[in-house]
Amino acid sequence: MEQSSRIKPPMGPDNGWWWQEVANDVLPIQRCKNCQVLRHPPRPMCDQCRSMEWDFVRAGGGGAVFSYTVLEHPQFPGYSYPIIIVLVDLEEGTRITAELVDCDPGEVEFGMAVTVRIQEDSDGFKLPVFYPVIAQEGE
Amino acid sequence: MPISMKNEAAIAGIGQTTYSKNSGVSELALACEAVSRCIDDAGISPSEVDGLVSYTLESSDEIEVAQNVGLGDLTMYSQVNYGGGAAVGLIQQAVMAVATGAANNVVVWRAMNGRSGRRMGQGASGVMMSSDLIHWSWYQVYGMLTPVSWVTLIANKYMHHYGVTAEHLAEVAIAQREYALNNPAAFGYGKPLSLDEYMNARMVSAPLRLYDCCQETDGGCALLITSTERARDMRQSPAVIRAVSQASTRGQEQMTSFYRDDMLSLPEMELAARRVYDMSGLGPDDIDAACLYDAFTTEVVMQLESFGFCQPGEAKDFVADGNLRLDGRLPNNTHGGLLSEAYIHGINNIAEGVRLVRGQSFNQPAKAEHVLVSSGVGVPTGALILGRD
Ligand SMILES: [Zn+2]
Repeated sequence: MEQSSRIKPPMGPDNGWWWQEVANDVLPIQRCKNCQVLRHPPRPMCDQCRSMEWDFVRAGGGGAVFSYTVLEHPQFPGYSYPIIIVLVDLEEGTRITAELVDCDPGEVEFGMAVTVRIQEDSDGFKLPVFYPVIAQEGE
Repeated sequence: MPISMKNEAAIAGIGQTTYSKNSGVSELALACEAVSRCIDDAGISPSEVDGLVSYTLESSDEIEVAQNVGLGDLTMYSQVNYGGGAAVGLIQQAVMAVATGAANNVVVWRAMNGRSGRRMGQGASGVMMSSDLIHWSWYQVYGMLTPVSWVTLIANKYMHHYGVTAEHLAEVAIAQREYALNNPAAFGYGKPLSLDEYMNARMVSAPLRLYDCCQETDGGCALLITSTERARDMRQSPAVIRAVSQASTRGQEQMTSFYRDDMLSLPEMELAARRVYDMSGLGPDDIDAACLYDAFTTEVVMQLESFGFCQPGEAKDFVADGNLRLDGRLPNNTHGGLLSEAYIHGINNIAEGVRLVRGQSFNQPAKAEHVLVSSGVGVPTGALILGRD
């Protein structure tokens, strides 16, 4: 039988908390408690003020596609192809790497408005993905 | 007054194994063969080698190589991190050793079964814990398991912003393949590449196609660095190291420097450029030929701007005008490069830089007084300027 699950991240003190929040259906952005600067991916120290005290904010989920690629080859077990990978500039600030879903690979564009959804795999693993924001008719 | 690295040392020997898709021998055997040939090329005895430098990715320990090749007492050995970004770093380690007297004759090498053995970018699942594994995990979880999947996010942004097309990238690939047609050691020897073949090849990580990507190779390559003075008494004419520097900048990640404000340039390569131009007293106009790191075609295009051969956004026109060809402004990767000779993590590009300065390239340009070589793109990297003695 084909391996059906993606490669899971190792859960350490510097990143495990982030995945725990995602498992609670939240997209967290780490924030320095001292200077309030947001950072992603998570790290133990703030590069602005060197504080190691941090908390996080809940991202609203909206953002814009900064860059993208469409993975077609090689194809690894545990993933379904083609995969659209996007860098999303979040509205709060910081940039995140994720998959774009509900979008034809030919339709993805630079600057495209997207929003987040926490997706649950069949094995229960949750991860953030983005999908296109479609303008409502009449807007 | 700090010790200068300018002109203190030279590359006096190069050695390589056969480059293939299935070596049938161990990586240690490849390493020993490359190191042994490099020592013979320099015309010295193995017992005169007292320093060794390789990559952290290397599977063969220095002392294993030393035992096999019958090297002398070792007084300096080290390894450099970051895959292909290490290539020029090896030279910097060797030059520092030679300039300070830590060692006299340093061999640097890389040997790998890069196709038949552990291929690059096969991923690692998360049992062990390190900051490096956590770094990769942000990408692996989404299926980004190969170098091309990481590189393309930066390449696509640059291409979109400056209007770089597949035709521009094809010119990089085809120019280097045509060099490889004259190099019997190259994968591309006897295998011409047409524009149609390039365009019709499968999309790998859109917009990059198969021929935008380098080879996967089994093979080894080694270089001997010694003082410029000693090099003059050895068998080959010295390739003098005019300048060398490693370079890593703010926001640097390994392949995934996605979080900088813009992604339209390579800040670490610009740092490398400033460093080697300052140290050598040379500028872009003094560089006659280059071996710009070419794991992917887009990397060559972007580096032309990093090293000041073109203004931002103009590299595509520089390429389209044929400037990377033998009669162009900057013959580049005249052995075929990583795209069409072999992928030995960039050390084989340094070997070609040496051949160019010696006048031994299979595609020797009219002038090769100064040759620029860079290491890995998108990782902590470095640059090197070689000159004729
Ligand atoms: Zn702070």
